[in-house]
Amino acid sequence: MAFETPAAVELRGLTKRFGSVIANDGVNLRIQPGTIHGVIGENGAGKSTAMKMLYGIFPPDAGEIIVNSKTCVWESPADAIAAGIGMVHQHFMLAGPYTALDNILLGAEPVRCGVIERKKARTRLEALARQYGLPVDWDSPIEELPVGVQQRVEILKLLYRDAKILILDEPTAVLTPQEANELFRNLKKLRDEGKTIILITHKLKEVMSFTDHVTVFRAGKVTGEMPTSQTNPQELANLMVGRKVVLNINVPPAHTRDELAMEVAALSLAGTVAGSRHKLSDVSFSVKRGEIVGVAGVEGNGQSELLQAILHPREPLCRTSGTVWFLGEDVTHWEARDIRDLGVAMIPEDRQREGLLLERPVSENFLLGLQRSSAFSQGGVLNSRNLLAAATQAEEEYDVRPRDLAIPAGKLSGGNQQKLIVAREFQRKPRLLIAAQPTRGVDVGAIEFIHNRIVRARDEGAGVLLVSFELEDILTLSDRILVMYEGRIAAEFARGQVSEGELGLKMAGS
Amino acid sequence: MSWDLLASTLRVSTPLIFAALGGMFSERSGVINIALEGLMLLGAFAAAVGTLVTHSPWLGSAFGMAAGVLLAAVYALFVIRLRANQIVAGTAINMLAMGLTPFICKILYDVTGSTPSIPLHERFHSVPLYLCWALVAACVLWMRYTPTGLWVSFAGEHPEALDAAGIRVNRVRWMAVLVSGALAGMGGASLSIFLSSSFSRDMTAGRGFMALAALIFGKWKPLPTALACLLFGFADAVQIRLQGVAVWGGHPIPVEFIQILPYLVTILVLAGFVGRSHPPKASGTVFEKG
Repeated sequence: MAFETPAAVELRGLTKRFGSVIANDGVNLRIQPGTIHGVIGENGAGKSTAMKMLYGIFPPDAGEIIVNSKTCVWESPADAIAAGIGMVHQHFMLAGPYTALDNILLGAEPVRCGVIERKKARTRLEALARQYGLPVDWDSPIEELPVGVQQRVEILKLLYRDAKILILDEPTAVLTPQEANELFRNLKKLRDEGKTIILITHKLKEVMSFTDHVTVFRAGKVTGEMPTSQTNPQELANLMVGRKVVLNINVPPAHTRDELAMEVAALSLAGTVAGSRHKLSDVSFSVKRGEIVGVAGVEGNGQSELLQAILHPREPLCRTSGTVWFLGEDVTHWEARDIRDLGVAMIPEDRQREGLLLERPVSENFLLGLQRSSAFSQGGVLNSRNLLAAATQAEEEYDVRPRDLAIPAGKLSGGNQQKLIVAREFQRKPRLLIAAQPTRGVDVGAIEFIHNRIVRARDEGAGVLLVSFELEDILTLSDRILVMYEGRIAAEFARGQVSEGELGLKMAGS
Repeated sequence: MSWDLLASTLRVSTPLIFAALGGMFSERSGVINIALEGLMLLGAFAAAVGTLVTHSPWLGSAFGMAAGVLLAAVYALFVIRLRANQIVAGTAINMLAMGLTPFICKILYDVTGSTPSIPLHERFHSVPLYLCWALVAACVLWMRYTPTGLWVSFAGEHPEALDAAGIRVNRVRWMAVLVSGALAGMGGASLSIFLSSSFSRDMTAGRGFMALAALIFGKWKPLPTALACLLFGFADAVQIRLQGVAVWGGHPIPVEFIQILPYLVTILVLAGFVGRSHPPKASGTVFEKG
């Protein structure tokens, strides 16, 4: 029966080059109307490129776009919008100081006598919001709305323009798990009302739970298309990466040493407003060498503050009281440089802001923090031959793609940026590794790789403090799990002592 | 405060208000307009010449606005089409106007210092003053209630959002910069054919920058910006009043010192308030698709 209905969208032999790179190479894709269709692939596999062509952001070099049995040539997104296609971009297209209403109306304002009829638009939007269960405070400036509601505004923007085909680019990247669940409930409702939804993602779990069909991209080509019910995460992962991926790496038991890698005692950070709840209250724990301690928790429960307090204990903005020891030394009043010289490696939470100089070449980013080591500098002069040799070797070993030391780090995909940071930090042969969100925005192949590296660091005697919102990271890697809730350590478990469900409950504060 | 001083304040604020509103269009759309000074100067010159030729201040100010639009088009060509740095290109426009006006003046009237004097009955006496406040009201309504007002705001705050909504960002920016040129030209015109009787070399004397300061102080909103212009205008009016009157230890204070007053107020205001004023997020950035 499904074969009888004409496709809502069909892409035939779509090809796009950027310079010498082929982003899309003869992409064929059929999307049935009234379904949720997952489009998955690693970072840089070409899935976003294909969708941007479908939405008219840039034209294909070759191939056809067919929407509702009509061949379409778009000049700009305006044409695609007119044909009933809408896109929610990964980075929201919303201007912070303006109201939700104005953000939705933009470009499609109902006008009478040259004046925007806000009342009319509002009535219509209120009806749409009721129909699809997407309540929004129309008059609030966007910047005052939570991210989940901002996304609702983006979806309403499409519905307001009568979009029949909704493209969502990595919609859960910015959402908490609760917000993500709500999003998917809404998407199912939209599908049941007859909309066609294209979900671009690299998260296998989302594809398996919420899509009807799935198309897999790898290196600019489609490597598989099937109903979701006839596949499994393992098969999808293999198609995405092009080899057999180990989804759950086998972590051997830890050989914990008695020596402490780090310890914090009674760490606190007062709230910024007098009388408000402490952002960190009385946090104490330790990490031994040869052990991975995972800190789990829902975003915003003090994990970022904990990391900042550990990394910058001198700063009064990061720590109001408490003590931090690294490798037996009281480092509470130390400079960052001296702390790093102890043998501390760090994968920062926000890799683009804290981990890399995006404008500078990969080679210089590899040097960051190592610039004083005798291997790379003599008498204040950089030894670029040593640097290039070491960086080349590291790129090879850590599979940073493309293998080009001269391109700016910002041009690498998210997963490769992360691998570059991991390569650099492991260059230090750390005795203590602080890894924050090590797999954020990273695809399955790279997750496996980074997990393996962290375990190897542990087995070579490093103590590892792992902070992650991804339960998968925590449950796979941690020898001990700490749960943070409202700035405190709310629970502690040993490996294997806790199920995902129980952990989720503790994270929610029960 | 005497009525005289108030009237004088309103009059000397007029060029500032025109120029600042012009700056608002450009800057709200994301194009920093440091060229206001040059646009005003050329506008002042063209308006004086136009009035001398046509004997009508109306046609004269049309000349001034047209000259502003023309120079603004050159600016837009560089910063929007050719993606030049806006500060550098704006400075170049200012220098161009500074050099061009005495040069053409020399060709037309064989002097570089100033144009011939415009007869009293061919000058504006109050029209620009009323016009600028009508314009303030129009701008408030326009920004709030029209689609194009919304587009200009988004072009400066989040151009990608505007593009995704199917509106061409650079077209909006072009229009905004041209309007900016027309209004700055009108600001210049009110300087040469309303407040004085001829164009004289470098007669804007930093008023374009003062208009920019008012724009920042007024948080890029029409009414607060116009009120900020009034503040600077007041400083100017006081300064004019004090010339030759103010006394320090039995001697009159030299005029040059008194003339510092409006500039001093500008610096104090900007130093005191600029930290709390946020420009449109995308101001000064080039918009590229993709």
